[in-house]
Amino acid sequence: MLIAENLSKYYGGEGVLDNVSFSLGREETLAVVGPSGCGKTTLLYLLSGLTRADSGVAFLDGELIGRPTSDISIILQDYGLLPWKTVVENVALGLKIQGVFKKERMERARAQLAELGITGRDSDYPANLSGGEQQRVAIARAFVSRPRLMLLDEPFSSLDALTRERLQRTLLDVWKLRKVPFVLVTHSLEEAVVLGKRIMVMSSRPASPVAVFDNPGFGDESIRDTKGCFELLKELRHTVEALW
Amino acid sequence: MSLKPVFRYALVIIAIGVLWKLAALGLGGIILPHPEAAVRAFLSAMGTQIFWEHFGVSGYRAVTAMVVAWGVAFPLGLVMGSVKRVDNLLAPFIFLTYPIPKIVLLPVFLLLFGLGDLAKISMIALILGYQILVTTRDGVRSIHPKYSDSVRSLGGSQWDVLCEVLIPAALPHGFTALRLGVGVSVAVLFFVESFATTRGLGYMIMDAWGAMDYLTMFTGILGMSLMGAALYEIANLMERRACTWMFLRKK
Ligand SMILES: Nc1ncnc2c1ncn2[C@@H]1O[C@H](COP(=O)(O)OP(=O)(O)OP(=O)(O)O)[C@@H](O)[C@H]1O
Ligand SMILES: [Mg+2]
Repeated sequence: MLIAENLSKYYGGEGVLDNVSFSLGREETLAVVGPSGCGKTTLLYLLSGLTRADSGVAFLDGELIGRPTSDISIILQDYGLLPWKTVVENVALGLKIQGVFKKERMERARAQLAELGITGRDSDYPANLSGGEQQRVAIARAFVSRPRLMLLDEPFSSLDALTRERLQRTLLDVWKLRKVPFVLVTHSLEEAVVLGKRIMVMSSRPASPVAVFDNPGFGDESIRDTKGCFELLKELRHTVEALW
Repeated sequence: MSLKPVFRYALVIIAIGVLWKLAALGLGGIILPHPEAAVRAFLSAMGTQIFWEHFGVSGYRAVTAMVVAWGVAFPLGLVMGSVKRVDNLLAPFIFLTYPIPKIVLLPVFLLLFGLGDLAKISMIALILGYQILVTTRDGVRSIHPKYSDSVRSLGGSQWDVLCEVLIPAALPHGFTALRLGVGVSVAVLFFVESFATTRGLGYMIMDAWGAMDYLTMFTGILGMSLMGAALYEIANLMERRACTWMFLRKK
């Protein structure tokens, strides 16, 4: 269970986040949409513990989030893979930091890569992978340490439409298997409906939540074709258009 | 090593040989000996102990200076590039003294460290070290913070950031500076060996020059060129081994 209470953040006296509060249940996912530059990345940084809030607190399963831990995995806006490490070393990095022995961490990393459909690329470097493959590696790296919360910052925005849909499905599949709650920032309303059990719409800077939608059709593989999806998209679009 | 660099070297050597031959013909072949004569003299010198003594002494000075310069400047550059407080303290000093031609300090070094190898090695190490320090420091500062964020987000400490991000990202900068510094190092080596010593290729060249023994002089010049090329290739090889990821071809 993730609880955010009145999170605020200022940069140079200017507010970026203004009293953001929400909660996220154990088997839920939250999609966050908002105007460009409003503070979505900043919100994820606060939730991950990489940046400190100027006021407000966040709890994961009752524990205060103070600094980064292996319980929370974040996928940064452009994957954050290290170019000087091979694919398997990148995936195993979190385990290495935790002090897992080499043999075990390599095995676990390989298994996780296989789960995400990447095989035989272990000793390649990220630069030799396509965007979609890099994203799969980043997801593998985030999941391999068995986190209790996942944070994803526009993970699929630089991929072509087909790859994006396939990866959305991959992410859903992994989620169904692991039931790790995630907060996903996206600028695509459609993606929000596919991947968010709940959808939070943020105002422009300084960002605060203006509406939270429930998405009863979440998890349905063919949600795109349902009437509910269509209705929800319409409602979202209205909210967003009135705001920006 | 693949055949390609060997082939490249061979081509360049042939081209230089042709130009040299033309120049020697033009100058009459005494001040500038014919290349085949110089090469013959060089090859027969390679069979003598005295040549290898000079070569060994020069090689020792150059390699020691490079190791010392790298060992001091790379870590210092790493620290300056990543710890603001240290950088604020040292950067003004480094950049104010950077444009000063350090070679003019040689007499001071000779007074301080005596006429032996210490002064010579220190001189080369200082000049090369500046290069490595400045390049490494700038390189570390140019590392995108997302890589450190990525390691910290996995629960990594400052130590992990150092090992997983700063060092691997800075290595290519340090090695490039080392490789490019080989030329300057050998030039400085020649200069510091041209007096206050009776050993080393620089001495061999200047001594032969004084005795108007131009074949021996060219033997020394070829020896120094050989050493420069070898050091460059060694630095190059180390760079490629340590930074495989820098030399990927997009598939
Ligand atoms: N470290 C920082 N120092 C100063 N200002 C910052 C910092 N990080 C972010 N900002 C500012 O905070 C605001 C919000 O940035 P943030 O990256 O969170 O927005 P975003 O919603 O993720 O944008 P995008 O949609 O472009 O990804 C921006 O105006 C940005 O310039
Ligand atoms: Mg962002």
